Amino acid sequence: MMLSFRNRVALTSILYKEIHRFMRIWVQTLVPPAITISLYFVIFGSLIGKRIGEMGGFDYMSFIVPGLIMMSVITNSYSNVASSFFSAKWQRNVEEMLVAPVPNWVIVAGYVGGGMCRGILVGSIVTLVSLLFVDIQIHNVAVIIITVMLTSAVFALGGLINAIFANSFDDISIIPTFILTPLTYLGGVFYSISLLPEFWQGVSQINPIVYMVNAFRYGFLGISDVSLTVAFTVISLFVVTLFTIAMVLISKGIGLRS
Amino acid sequence: MQAALQISGLKKTYKGGFQAVKGLDLEVQKGDFFALLGPNGAGKSTTIGVITSLVNKTAGTVKVFGHDIDKELDTAKSFLGLVPQEFNFNQFEAPLTILVNQAGYYGVPRQLAFERTEKYLKQLDLWDKRNEPSRNLSGGMKRRLMIARALMHEPQVLILDEPTAGVDIELRRHMWNYLRELNAEGITIILTTHYLEEAEMLCRNIAIIDQGLIVENTSMKALLAKLHVETFVLDIIPTKQTPTLAEYPSRLIDDHTFEVDVDKSQSINDVFIQLTEQGISVQSMRNKSNRLEELFLTLVANNAAPKAKGN
Repeated sequence: MMLSFRNRVALTSILYKEIHRFMRIWVQTLVPPAITISLYFVIFGSLIGKRIGEMGGFDYMSFIVPGLIMMSVITNSYSNVASSFFSAKWQRNVEEMLVAPVPNWVIVAGYVGGGMCRGILVGSIVTLVSLLFVDIQIHNVAVIIITVMLTSAVFALGGLINAIFANSFDDISIIPTFILTPLTYLGGVFYSISLLPEFWQGVSQINPIVYMVNAFRYGFLGISDVSLTVAFTVISLFVVTLFTIAMVLISKGIGLRS
Repeated sequence: MQAALQISGLKKTYKGGFQAVKGLDLEVQKGDFFALLGPNGAGKSTTIGVITSLVNKTAGTVKVFGHDIDKELDTAKSFLGLVPQEFNFNQFEAPLTILVNQAGYYGVPRQLAFERTEKYLKQLDLWDKRNEPSRNLSGGMKRRLMIARALMHEPQVLILDEPTAGVDIELRRHMWNYLRELNAEGITIILTTHYLEEAEMLCRNIAIIDQGLIVENTSMKALLAKLHVETFVLDIIPTKQTPTLAEYPSRLIDDHTFEVDVDKSQSINDVFIQLTEQGISVQSMRNKSNRLEELFLTLVANNAAPKAKGN
């Protein structure tokens, strides 16, 4: 995986293309998460949150902020790569890269990098919006940065794998609807998993989003339902595994070469 | 002379079991203007797909300037420029963005990519459209955009898969001139086309592929020399006299149209002499069909005949 001059230019070109794509359609990509998150704050924070009281030693609004930011990072990293790569397959402009001497890892890194950029940008917008509703405290900025980078990478890779297998636009909405959304809502965004019965706490341990949300929450509030070491190990393992799968699929030309 | 492209024993069987290419051997010399002809489904696009690594081959070897695509794929790719049959660029992006990004995939620095984009868009009369979403371009403009895109890394071999399909005659001639200029600059051009006149006008060498095999591979001159008989259509001024020709198979199609088959050993002058003696005036004359077209149909029919017998 040598980053030669040619590969660096190719990687920059893919990244530029990806960032240019979601910036060009900013009304579809950047504005909706800000509106959605504002509604979450109004409903779960201001209206219902006041009745819930404290959670984990913090008022409910402060408790859900990290989870809501992470939720936007997850969905946007995933959907950016899924829709962009599938669209490139569908319009066949992915062939522009396949006929060029672009190594497979550069294609993966370029698309995943683009997805991470959108996830992190949307996460930053959501963070700014949340400042209108709550004072955000920061416990450990390094944990925040590492968690958001790794998490966006995991879901950007997930979106890429989804797009590689997808044969229609329906195929790139099935996973977010039936798997990603339930895992996110059950991943401790709105509640501490310590509130669950012991059995469901155990079940929650197999949900990777629990580790991401809790590590991220630790960065802001200094509290977590899981060990930070375990959380980073789990997220890193996901990055390595999904990267390997994506590389194998692209190398074999699954869904790309006949 | 160095071979720009060497293909030997190429086979491709698709998942469903369809064998598109059945052991194809082909060599294209550096600087050649080469035509790859064949009926629909003959295996032309599959062969191009394998050369450009868009299709995984089942067997055989492909070398581009001596670089085996199995061992030195990136080097081989850097020599090739592809203009595919279907529009395969992002319809929402502008030509400027498409070309600059394409150059980037080949490692061309951004500043140089912008310079080349201006050069090729101007040469192909697309500079005014550089910021238009490409979906708004006409069919001919889209074809030219794909040619510009294929040239961004200044390839040594340009492969064009039916580049003038759906392009009007004026634009087609313009594109022919442009391709001739590229070839004169030293770029090897491999062309597939359904317009046999196009192949005859442009190409020096030709391979005809049918049912996944090369059925003819020779120079255009040598191929056309194989045509023994040419049919001429004469537009005549109607008279009461029915034209008849000694030694020339001929037929009167209608009052105005008379067809004559002329063998290579015969002279067309004799036809005019005989008609003049009969008091028949010829207003104009043309070939009944493109010469290459006749040969093409003969070769493809000959290739199909033994298999039909076998069945």
